[in-house]
Amino acid sequence: MEKLRITLGAVSKPLESLKIKTGDWGAEYPVIIEENCKGCGDCVVYCPDLCIELVEVNGEEKKKKVAKVNYDYCKGCGTCSVVCRHDAIKMEIKEIYRG
Amino acid sequence: MMKVVRGFYAVAYSVKLCKPDVICAYPITPQSEIVENIAQMYANGELGNCEYITAESEFGAASILVGASATGARTYTATCSQGLILMSEVLWNAAGMRLPIVMTIANRSLSAPLSIWNDHQDSMAIRDAGIIQMYVENNQEVHDMMPQAFKIAENHKVMLPMMVCMDGYKLTHAYEPVDLLSQEIVDEFLPPYDPPVKMTTKEPYTFGSYATPATYMEFRAAVYNAMERSRKVIEEVYKEWAEISGRNWGGHIVAENCEDADVCVMAMGSLVGLVREVVKELRGEGKKVGFIKIRTFRPFPAEEIAKAVDNAQKVVVFERSLSMGSDAPVTLDVKAAIHKKAIDVYSPVVGLGGRDVPHKLVKSTIEEVIEGKAKPGTYFKGLKDYEEVVV
Ligand code: SF4
Ligand code: SF4
Repeated sequence: MEKLRITLGAVSKPLESLKIKTGDWGAEYPVIIEENCKGCGDCVVYCPDLCIELVEVNGEEKKKKVAKVNYDYCKGCGTCSVVCRHDAIKMEIKEIYRG
Repeated sequence: MMKVVRGFYAVAYSVKLCKPDVICAYPITPQSEIVENIAQMYANGELGNCEYITAESEFGAASILVGASATGARTYTATCSQGLILMSEVLWNAAGMRLPIVMTIANRSLSAPLSIWNDHQDSMAIRDAGIIQMYVENNQEVHDMMPQAFKIAENHKVMLPMMVCMDGYKLTHAYEPVDLLSQEIVDEFLPPYDPPVKMTTKEPYTFGSYATPATYMEFRAAVYNAMERSRKVIEEVYKEWAEISGRNWGGHIVAENCEDADVCVMAMGSLVGLVREVVKELRGEGKKVGFIKIRTFRPFPAEEIAKAVDNAQKVVVFERSLSMGSDAPVTLDVKAAIHKKAIDVYSPVVGLGGRDVPHKLVKSTIEEVIEGKAKPGTYFKGLKDYEEVVV
Protein backbone atom coordinates (compact mmCIF):
# COMPACT_ATOMS: atom_id res chain seq x y z
CA MET A 1 0.00 0.00 0.00
CA GLU A 2 1.11 3.54 -0.65
CA LYS A 3 2.63 5.26 2.38
CA LEU A 4 0.66 7.93 4.14
CA ARG A 5 2.57 11.20 3.89
CA ILE A 6 2.53 13.30 7.01
CA THR A 7 4.49 16.52 7.53
CA LEU A 8 6.94 17.23 10.32
CA GLY A 9 5.05 19.09 13.04
CA ALA A 10 1.75 18.75 11.15
CA VAL A 11 2.83 21.77 9.11
CA SER A 12 0.58 22.64 6.20
CA LYS A 13 0.51 25.22 3.44
CA PRO A 14 -2.22 27.86 3.14
CA LEU A 15 -5.63 26.56 2.02
CA GLU A 16 -4.64 22.91 2.50
CA SER A 17 -7.43 22.62 5.04
CA LEU A 18 -9.86 22.93 2.13
CA LYS A 19 -9.03 19.29 1.45
CA ILE A 20 -10.57 18.28 4.74
CA LYS A 21 -14.26 17.95 3.96
CA THR A 22 -15.79 18.60 7.35
CA GLY A 23 -19.20 18.18 5.78
CA ASP A 24 -18.79 14.46 6.56
CA TRP A 25 -19.40 15.15 10.20
CA GLY A 26 -23.01 16.22 10.09
CA ALA A 27 -25.91 13.87 10.72
CA GLU A 28 -28.34 16.25 9.03
CA TYR A 29 -28.18 18.54 6.05
CA PRO A 30 -30.18 21.58 4.97
CA VAL A 31 -32.30 21.54 1.85
CA ILE A 32 -33.18 24.91 0.29
CA ILE A 33 -36.75 25.25 -0.96
CA GLU A 34 -36.08 27.67 -3.77
CA GLU A 35 -39.73 28.74 -4.27
CA ASN A 36 -39.81 30.05 -0.70
CA CYS A 37 -36.35 31.61 -0.62
CA LYS A 38 -36.39 35.41 -0.83
CA GLY A 39 -32.62 35.76 -1.08
CA CYS A 40 -32.57 37.87 2.07
CA GLY A 41 -29.16 36.46 3.07
CA ASP A 42 -29.94 35.91 6.76
CA CYS A 43 -28.75 32.32 6.55
CA VAL A 44 -25.54 33.46 4.89
CA VAL A 45 -24.79 35.71 7.85
CA TYR A 46 -25.66 33.15 10.51
CA CYS A 47 -23.99 30.04 9.09
CA PRO A 48 -21.05 29.48 11.49
CA ASP A 49 -19.05 27.68 8.80
CA LEU A 50 -19.47 30.27 6.03
CA CYS A 51 -20.92 27.72 3.69
CA ILE A 52 -24.00 29.38 2.28
CA GLU A 53 -23.87 31.83 -0.58
CA LEU A 54 -26.54 33.50 -2.68
CA VAL A 55 -26.61 32.47 -6.32
CA GLU A 56 -28.71 33.66 -9.24
CA VAL A 57 -31.36 31.34 -10.62
CA ASN A 58 -34.14 31.89 -13.13
CA GLY A 59 -37.38 32.60 -11.28
CA GLU A 60 -40.93 32.73 -12.64
CA GLU A 61 -40.67 36.28 -13.91
CA LYS A 62 -37.06 37.38 -13.65
CA LYS A 63 -33.76 36.20 -12.31
CA LYS A 64 -33.62 36.00 -8.54
CA LYS A 65 -31.02 35.14 -5.86
CA VAL A 66 -31.41 32.08 -3.65
CA ALA A 67 -29.34 30.41 -0.97
CA LYS A 68 -26.97 27.62 -2.00
CA VAL A 69 -25.21 25.34 0.51
CA ASN A 70 -21.68 24.07 0.14
CA TYR A 71 -22.15 20.54 1.46
CA ASP A 72 -18.40 19.90 1.58
CA TYR A 73 -18.20 21.99 4.73
CA CYS A 74 -21.76 22.26 6.07
CA LYS A 75 -21.80 20.58 9.48
CA GLY A 76 -25.54 20.23 9.61
CA CYS A 77 -26.04 22.36 12.70
CA GLY A 78 -29.41 23.63 11.50
CA THR A 79 -28.79 27.26 12.39
CA CYS A 80 -29.75 28.37 8.90
CA SER A 81 -33.10 26.62 9.03
CA VAL A 82 -33.88 28.25 12.39
CA VAL A 83 -33.02 31.78 11.26
CA CYS A 84 -34.79 31.60 7.91
CA ARG A 85 -38.06 33.56 8.23
CA HIS A 86 -39.52 32.22 5.02
CA ASP A 87 -39.59 28.51 5.66
CA ALA A 88 -37.08 28.02 2.91
CA ILE A 89 -34.68 25.64 4.65
CA LYS A 90 -35.64 22.16 5.76
CA MET A 91 -33.23 19.90 7.64
CA GLU A 92 -33.03 16.31 6.44
CA ILE A 93 -31.35 13.36 8.11
CA LYS A 94 -28.53 11.85 6.05
CA GLU A 95 -29.31 8.56 4.41
CA ILE A 96 -26.75 6.64 6.52
CA TYR A 97 -28.35 7.79 9.77
CA ARG A 98 -31.91 6.84 8.81
CA GLY A 99 -33.26 3.97 10.86
CA MET B 1 37.37 30.03 33.72
CA MET B 2 36.64 28.71 37.22
CA LYS B 3 34.39 31.03 39.21
CA VAL B 4 32.18 30.72 42.25
CA VAL B 5 28.71 31.54 40.95
CA ARG B 6 25.11 30.84 41.80
CA GLY B 7 23.12 28.27 39.86
CA PHE B 8 20.91 30.77 38.09
CA TYR B 9 23.97 32.63 36.82
CA ALA B 10 25.57 29.39 35.61
CA VAL B 11 22.44 28.80 33.52
CA ALA B 12 22.10 32.38 32.26
CA TYR B 13 25.75 32.57 31.25
CA SER B 14 25.57 29.28 29.39
CA VAL B 15 22.34 30.24 27.59
CA LYS B 16 23.98 33.46 26.45
CA LEU B 17 26.84 31.48 24.89
CA CYS B 18 24.28 29.43 22.94
CA LYS B 19 23.21 32.61 21.09
CA PRO B 20 19.44 32.19 21.21
CA ASP B 21 17.41 34.36 18.82
CA VAL B 22 14.33 34.77 21.00
CA ILE B 23 14.02 34.48 24.76
CA CYS B 24 10.65 34.91 26.34
CA ALA B 25 9.80 34.40 29.98
CA TYR B 26 7.62 35.24 32.91
CA PRO B 27 9.11 35.36 36.39
CA ILE B 28 8.36 32.67 38.96
CA THR B 29 10.21 31.77 42.12
CA PRO B 30 12.83 30.26 42.20
CA GLN B 31 13.37 30.50 38.45
CA SER B 32 13.15 34.31 38.19
CA GLU B 33 16.85 34.94 38.71
CA ILE B 34 17.71 32.89 35.64
CA VAL B 35 15.77 35.14 33.29
CA GLU B 36 16.62 38.25 35.32
CA ASN B 37 20.29 37.52 34.75
CA ILE B 38 19.66 36.93 31.07
CA ALA B 39 17.64 40.18 30.91
CA GLN B 40 20.59 42.00 32.42
CA MET B 41 22.94 40.54 29.83
CA TYR B 42 20.44 41.58 27.16
CA ALA B 43 20.28 45.12 28.56
CA ASN B 44 24.06 45.25 28.56
CA GLY B 45 24.03 44.39 24.86
CA GLU B 46 25.71 41.02 25.40
CA LEU B 47 23.07 39.01 23.53
CA GLY B 48 23.68 40.26 20.01
CA ASN B 49 20.54 40.29 17.91
CA CYS B 50 18.53 38.28 20.40
CA GLU B 51 14.97 39.43 21.12
CA TYR B 52 14.11 39.33 24.80
CA ILE B 53 10.35 39.44 25.29
CA THR B 54 8.65 39.80 28.66
CA ALA B 55 5.33 37.99 28.53
CA GLU B 56 2.14 38.53 30.53
CA SER B 57 2.12 34.92 31.79
CA GLU B 58 3.88 31.62 31.29
CA PHE B 59 1.12 30.64 28.91
CA GLY B 60 1.98 33.74 26.89
CA ALA B 61 5.71 33.09 27.12
CA ALA B 62 5.40 29.57 25.76
CA SER B 63 2.98 30.73 23.05
CA ILE B 64 5.35 33.47 21.91
CA LEU B 65 8.16 30.93 21.69
CA VAL B 66 6.02 28.57 19.64
CA GLY B 67 5.55 31.40 17.13
CA ALA B 68 9.20 32.38 17.25
CA SER B 69 10.44 28.82 16.86
CA ALA B 70 8.12 28.31 13.88
CA THR B 71 9.92 31.18 12.15
CA GLY B 72 13.19 29.30 12.61
CA ALA B 73 14.47 31.10 15.70
CA ARG B 74 16.54 29.40 18.40
CA THR B 75 14.28 29.78 21.43
CA TYR B 76 14.71 29.59 25.18
CA THR B 77 12.68 30.01 28.33
CA ALA B 78 12.86 29.04 31.99
CA THR B 79 10.05 28.32 34.39
CA CYS B 80 8.81 25.94 37.10
CA SER B 81 5.89 24.83 39.23
CA GLN B 82 2.59 26.60 38.51
CA GLY B 83 4.27 28.40 35.63
CA LEU B 84 5.19 25.12 34.00
CA ILE B 85 1.73 23.63 34.31
CA LEU B 86 0.23 26.88 33.04
CA MET B 87 2.47 26.41 30.00
CA SER B 88 1.55 22.79 29.58
CA GLU B 89 -1.26 23.29 27.08
CA VAL B 90 1.20 25.13 24.84
CA LEU B 91 4.06 22.72 25.49
CA TRP B 92 2.13 19.69 24.26
CA ASN B 93 1.53 21.71 21.11
CA ALA B 94 5.20 22.68 20.84
CA ALA B 95 6.12 18.99 20.96
CA GLY B 96 3.50 18.04 18.38
CA MET B 97 4.63 20.92 16.16
CA ARG B 98 8.17 19.58 16.58
CA LEU B 99 9.61 22.88 17.78
CA PRO B 100 12.96 22.52 19.57
CA ILE B 101 12.31 25.03 22.35
CA VAL B 102 14.86 24.63 25.15
CA MET B 103 13.86 25.29 28.74
CA THR B 104 15.43 25.24 32.15
CA ILE B 105 13.10 24.06 34.88
CA ALA B 106 13.94 25.24 38.40
CA ASN B 107 12.05 22.32 39.94
CA ARG B 108 9.51 23.40 42.53
CA SER B 109 6.51 21.78 44.20
CA LEU B 110 2.91 22.28 43.04
CA SER B 111 -0.05 23.85 44.82
CA ALA B 112 -2.04 23.24 46.91
CA PRO B 113 -0.86 24.04 49.48
CA LEU B 114 1.25 26.82 48.05
CA SER B 115 4.95 26.10 48.39
CA ILE B 116 7.91 27.68 46.68
CA TRP B 117 10.32 24.92 47.65
CA ASN B 118 11.87 22.11 45.74
CA ASP B 119 10.65 18.73 44.58
CA HIS B 120 9.99 17.18 41.16
CA GLN B 121 6.20 17.25 40.96
CA ASP B 122 6.13 20.04 38.36
CA SER B 123 8.22 18.44 35.64
CA MET B 124 6.70 15.03 36.31
CA ALA B 125 3.26 16.49 35.62
CA ILE B 126 4.16 16.95 31.96
CA ARG B 127 6.40 13.95 31.45
CA ASP B 128 4.10 12.59 28.70
CA ALA B 129 4.07 15.74 26.56
CA GLY B 130 6.83 14.69 24.16
CA ILE B 131 9.47 16.88 25.78
CA ILE B 132 12.91 15.47 26.45
CA GLN B 133 13.71 15.71 30.16
CA MET B 134 17.05 15.44 31.88
CA TYR B 135 17.96 16.16 35.49
CA VAL B 136 21.23 17.65 36.70
CA GLU B 137 23.19 17.01 39.84
CA ASN B 138 24.98 20.32 40.27
CA ASN B 139 25.57 23.72 38.72
CA GLN B 140 28.50 22.67 36.57
CA GLU B 141 26.30 20.02 35.02
CA VAL B 142 23.47 22.47 34.29
CA HIS B 143 26.00 24.92 32.86
CA ASP B 144 27.32 22.18 30.58
CA MET B 145 23.84 20.96 29.67
CA MET B 146 22.45 24.09 28.02
CA PRO B 147 24.50 23.87 24.78
CA GLN B 148 23.87 20.12 24.71
CA ALA B 149 20.13 20.66 25.07
CA PHE B 150 20.03 22.91 22.01
CA LYS B 151 22.08 20.44 20.04
CA ILE B 152 19.83 17.52 20.98
CA ALA B 153 16.50 19.33 20.51
CA GLU B 154 17.51 20.86 17.17
CA ASN B 155 18.85 17.62 15.70
CA HIS B 156 16.75 16.88 12.61
CA LYS B 157 16.22 13.30 13.75
CA VAL B 158 14.70 14.63 16.96
CA MET B 159 13.04 18.07 16.65
CA LEU B 160 11.42 18.07 20.08
CA PRO B 161 11.44 20.57 22.97
CA MET B 162 13.88 19.80 25.76
CA MET B 163 13.79 20.54 29.48
CA VAL B 164 16.91 20.69 31.61
CA CYS B 165 15.66 20.21 35.16
CA MET B 166 17.60 21.62 38.10
CA ASP B 167 16.41 21.64 41.69
CA GLY B 168 14.96 24.99 42.70
CA TYR B 169 16.92 26.78 45.43
CA LYS B 170 19.04 23.72 46.18
CA LEU B 171 20.84 24.38 42.90
CA THR B 172 19.44 27.62 41.45
CA HIS B 173 20.47 29.65 44.49
CA ALA B 174 23.49 27.66 45.61
CA TYR B 175 27.00 29.07 45.23
CA GLU B 176 29.26 26.55 43.58
CA PRO B 177 32.53 26.71 41.71
CA VAL B 178 31.69 26.47 38.02
CA ASP B 179 34.17 26.30 35.18
CA LEU B 180 32.47 28.84 32.90
CA LEU B 181 32.57 27.92 29.24
CA SER B 182 34.19 30.08 26.60
CA GLN B 183 32.34 31.36 23.56
CA GLU B 184 34.84 29.54 21.34
CA ILE B 185 34.12 26.12 22.79
CA VAL B 186 30.34 26.59 22.54
CA ASP B 187 30.61 27.93 18.98
CA GLU B 188 32.70 24.93 18.02
CA PHE B 189 30.22 22.53 19.58
CA LEU B 190 26.88 24.12 18.70
CA PRO B 191 26.18 25.17 15.10
CA PRO B 192 23.46 27.75 14.41
CA TYR B 193 19.94 26.33 14.31
CA ASP B 194 19.07 25.01 10.87
CA PRO B 195 15.27 24.67 10.86
CA PRO B 196 13.91 21.97 8.51
CA VAL B 197 10.83 24.12 7.98
CA LYS B 198 10.15 27.73 8.90
CA MET B 199 7.46 30.22 8.10
CA THR B 200 7.92 33.71 6.80
CA THR B 201 5.42 36.40 5.85
CA LYS B 202 6.00 35.44 2.20
CA GLU B 203 5.65 31.72 2.87
CA PRO B 204 3.09 31.29 5.62
CA TYR B 205 2.36 27.86 7.08
CA THR B 206 0.04 26.40 9.66
CA PHE B 207 1.93 24.49 12.35
CA GLY B 208 0.13 21.67 14.11
CA SER B 209 -2.74 21.63 11.64
CA TYR B 210 -5.97 19.87 12.26
CA ALA B 211 -5.80 16.11 11.69
CA THR B 212 -8.80 13.85 11.21
CA PRO B 213 -8.92 10.27 12.55
CA ALA B 214 -7.44 9.31 9.18
CA THR B 215 -4.05 10.91 10.03
CA TYR B 216 -3.91 11.98 13.71
CA MET B 217 -2.54 8.67 14.90
CA GLU B 218 0.42 8.79 12.51
CA PHE B 219 1.36 12.29 13.71
CA ARG B 220 1.38 11.12 17.32
CA ALA B 221 3.32 7.98 16.41
CA ALA B 222 5.85 10.27 14.73
CA VAL B 223 6.35 12.18 18.00
CA TYR B 224 6.76 8.88 19.86
CA ASN B 225 9.29 7.67 17.31
CA ALA B 226 11.21 10.94 17.41
CA MET B 227 11.50 10.52 21.18
CA GLU B 228 12.78 6.98 20.61
CA ARG B 229 15.32 8.21 18.04
CA SER B 230 16.48 10.85 20.50
CA ARG B 231 18.01 8.12 22.72
CA LYS B 232 20.93 7.68 20.37
CA VAL B 233 21.26 11.37 19.56
CA ILE B 234 21.37 12.26 23.26
CA GLU B 235 24.06 9.67 23.93
CA GLU B 236 26.14 10.94 21.02
CA VAL B 237 25.81 14.53 22.19
CA TYR B 238 26.72 13.56 25.77
CA LYS B 239 29.80 11.79 24.39
CA GLU B 240 30.81 14.62 22.12
CA TRP B 241 30.48 17.02 25.02
CA ALA B 242 32.76 14.90 27.17
CA GLU B 243 35.40 15.04 24.46
CA ILE B 244 35.15 18.72 23.75
CA SER B 245 34.81 19.96 27.34
CA GLY B 246 36.84 17.30 29.14
CA ARG B 247 33.97 16.75 31.55
CA ASN B 248 32.28 13.38 31.21
CA TRP B 249 28.90 13.34 32.92
CA GLY B 250 28.11 9.86 31.66
CA GLY B 251 25.25 8.55 29.54
CA HIS B 252 21.53 8.33 30.23
CA ILE B 253 22.44 6.84 33.58
CA VAL B 254 25.63 6.57 35.57
CA ALA B 255 25.92 3.25 37.38
CA GLU B 256 28.53 2.93 40.11
CA ASN B 257 29.47 -0.35 41.82
CA CYS B 258 26.33 -2.11 40.61
CA GLU B 259 28.04 -5.23 39.20
CA ASP B 260 28.26 -7.02 42.54
CA ALA B 261 25.52 -5.11 44.36
CA ASP B 262 22.58 -6.83 46.04
CA VAL B 263 20.90 -3.47 46.47
CA CYS B 264 20.97 -0.73 43.82
CA VAL B 265 19.99 2.75 44.90
CA MET B 266 18.72 5.33 42.40
CA ALA B 267 18.35 9.07 42.62
CA MET B 268 17.84 12.01 40.30
CA GLY B 269 18.69 15.71 40.61
CA SER B 270 20.55 17.37 43.45
CA LEU B 271 19.92 14.44 45.79
CA VAL B 272 22.42 12.46 43.72
CA GLY B 273 25.48 13.85 45.50
CA LEU B 274 24.24 12.88 48.95
CA VAL B 275 22.94 9.44 47.99
CA ARG B 276 26.19 8.64 46.19
CA GLU B 277 28.16 9.57 49.33
CA VAL B 278 25.95 7.44 51.56
CA VAL B 279 26.26 4.46 49.22
CA LYS B 280 30.04 4.85 49.26
CA GLU B 281 30.00 4.85 53.06
CA LEU B 282 27.84 1.74 53.14
CA ARG B 283 30.22 0.02 50.75
CA GLY B 284 33.04 1.04 53.06
CA GLU B 285 31.14 -0.79 55.78
CA GLY B 286 31.15 -3.91 53.61
CA LYS B 287 27.55 -3.66 52.34
CA LYS B 288 26.98 -4.74 48.75
CA VAL B 289 25.30 -1.58 47.54
CA GLY B 290 25.48 0.12 44.17
CA PHE B 291 24.37 3.53 42.98
CA ILE B 292 22.60 4.71 39.84
CA LYS B 293 22.24 8.35 38.86
CA ILE B 294 19.39 8.82 36.42
CA ARG B 295 20.21 11.68 34.06
CA THR B 296 17.76 11.29 31.18
CA PHE B 297 14.19 10.74 32.34
CA ARG B 298 12.39 11.14 28.99
CA PRO B 299 13.15 9.09 26.99
CA PHE B 300 13.41 6.70 29.93
CA PRO B 301 16.63 4.64 29.92
CA ALA B 302 14.86 1.36 30.60
CA GLU B 303 17.43 -0.93 28.95
CA GLU B 304 20.36 0.74 30.67
CA ILE B 305 18.68 0.41 34.05
CA ALA B 306 17.67 -3.21 33.49
CA LYS B 307 21.26 -4.02 32.60
CA ALA B 308 22.73 -2.14 35.55
CA VAL B 309 20.55 -3.87 38.16
CA ASP B 310 20.92 -7.30 36.60
CA ASN B 311 22.60 -8.84 39.65
CA ALA B 312 20.58 -7.06 42.32
CA GLN B 313 17.75 -8.45 44.41
CA LYS B 314 16.51 -5.08 45.59
CA VAL B 315 16.26 -1.63 44.11
CA VAL B 316 15.71 1.59 46.05
CA VAL B 317 14.33 4.58 44.14
CA PHE B 318 14.49 7.87 46.02
CA GLU B 319 11.39 9.71 44.80
CA ARG B 320 10.88 13.46 44.83
CA SER B 321 7.33 13.41 43.49
CA LEU B 322 4.08 11.47 43.56
CA SER B 323 1.57 10.01 41.17
CA MET B 324 -1.62 10.05 43.21
CA GLY B 325 -3.22 6.64 43.04
CA SER B 326 -0.16 4.75 41.86
CA ASP B 327 3.54 4.30 42.52
CA ALA B 328 5.67 7.43 42.24
CA PRO B 329 6.68 8.33 38.66
CA VAL B 330 10.29 7.15 38.50
CA THR B 331 9.33 3.91 40.20
CA LEU B 332 6.66 3.20 37.59
CA ASP B 333 9.27 3.39 34.87
CA VAL B 334 11.86 1.43 36.83
CA LYS B 335 9.34 -1.33 37.51
CA ALA B 336 8.41 -1.46 33.84
CA ALA B 337 12.10 -1.65 32.94
CA ILE B 338 12.76 -4.67 35.17
CA HIS B 339 9.38 -6.40 35.07
CA LYS B 340 10.90 -9.70 33.94
CA LYS B 341 13.36 -9.83 36.81
CA ALA B 342 12.66 -10.97 40.34
CA ILE B 343 13.70 -7.70 41.97
CA ASP B 344 11.85 -5.92 44.79
CA VAL B 345 11.44 -2.18 44.28
CA TYR B 346 11.42 0.12 47.31
CA SER B 347 10.30 3.69 46.73
CA PRO B 348 10.89 6.04 49.62
CA VAL B 349 9.33 9.43 48.82
CA VAL B 350 11.46 12.16 50.36
CA GLY B 351 11.83 15.91 50.41
CA LEU B 352 8.47 17.04 49.07
CA GLY B 353 8.00 20.81 49.14
CA GLY B 354 11.57 21.39 50.26
CA ARG B 355 11.49 19.06 53.29
CA ASP B 356 15.09 18.52 54.28
CA VAL B 357 16.62 15.18 53.34
CA PRO B 358 19.42 14.71 55.86
CA HIS B 359 22.29 12.27 55.51
CA LYS B 360 20.95 10.20 58.43
CA LEU B 361 17.59 9.73 56.74
CA VAL B 362 19.11 8.55 53.47
CA LYS B 363 21.41 6.14 55.28
CA SER B 364 18.76 4.63 57.53
CA THR B 365 16.37 4.30 54.59
CA ILE B 366 18.90 2.27 52.63
CA GLU B 367 19.94 0.26 55.69
CA GLU B 368 16.34 -0.72 56.38
CA VAL B 369 16.11 -2.15 52.87
CA ILE B 370 19.42 -3.99 53.20
CA GLU B 371 18.36 -5.47 56.54
CA GLY B 372 14.94 -6.51 55.25
CA LYS B 373 13.10 -4.11 57.55
CA ALA B 374 11.30 -2.22 54.78
CA LYS B 375 8.39 -3.35 52.65
CA PRO B 376 8.56 -2.99 48.84
CA GLY B 377 6.32 -0.30 47.35
CA THR B 378 5.88 3.44 47.72
CA TYR B 379 6.22 4.89 51.20
CA PHE B 380 7.13 8.23 52.79
CA LYS B 381 10.34 8.96 54.64
CA GLY B 382 10.87 12.00 56.83
CA LEU B 383 7.10 12.28 57.19
CA LYS B 384 5.61 13.52 60.45
CA ASP B 385 2.77 11.71 62.17
CA TYR B 386 -0.30 13.68 61.16
CA GLU B 387 -4.01 13.80 61.75
CA GLU B 388 -6.37 15.47 59.26
CA VAL B 389 -9.03 17.60 60.94
CA VAL B 390 -11.77 19.92 59.66
CA VAL B 391 -10.49 23.49 60.20
S1 SF4 C 1 -26.70 23.53 8.68
FE1 SF4 C 1 -25.29 24.90 9.81
S2 SF4 C 1 -23.39 24.62 8.74
FE2 SF4 C 1 -24.94 23.84 7.36
S3 SF4 C 1 -25.47 25.52 6.08
FE3 SF4 C 1 -26.89 25.56 7.78
S4 SF4 C 1 -25.98 26.93 9.27
FE4 SF4 C 1 -24.37 26.40 7.80
S1 SF4 D 1 -32.95 30.46 2.76
FE1 SF4 D 1 -34.17 31.80 4.05
S2 SF4 D 1 -32.68 33.01 5.21
FE2 SF4 D 1 -31.58 32.09 3.49
S3 SF4 D 1 -31.67 33.63 1.93
FE3 SF4 D 1 -33.40 32.29 1.56
S4 SF4 D 1 -35.07 33.24 2.65
FE4 SF4 D 1 -33.21 34.20 3.40
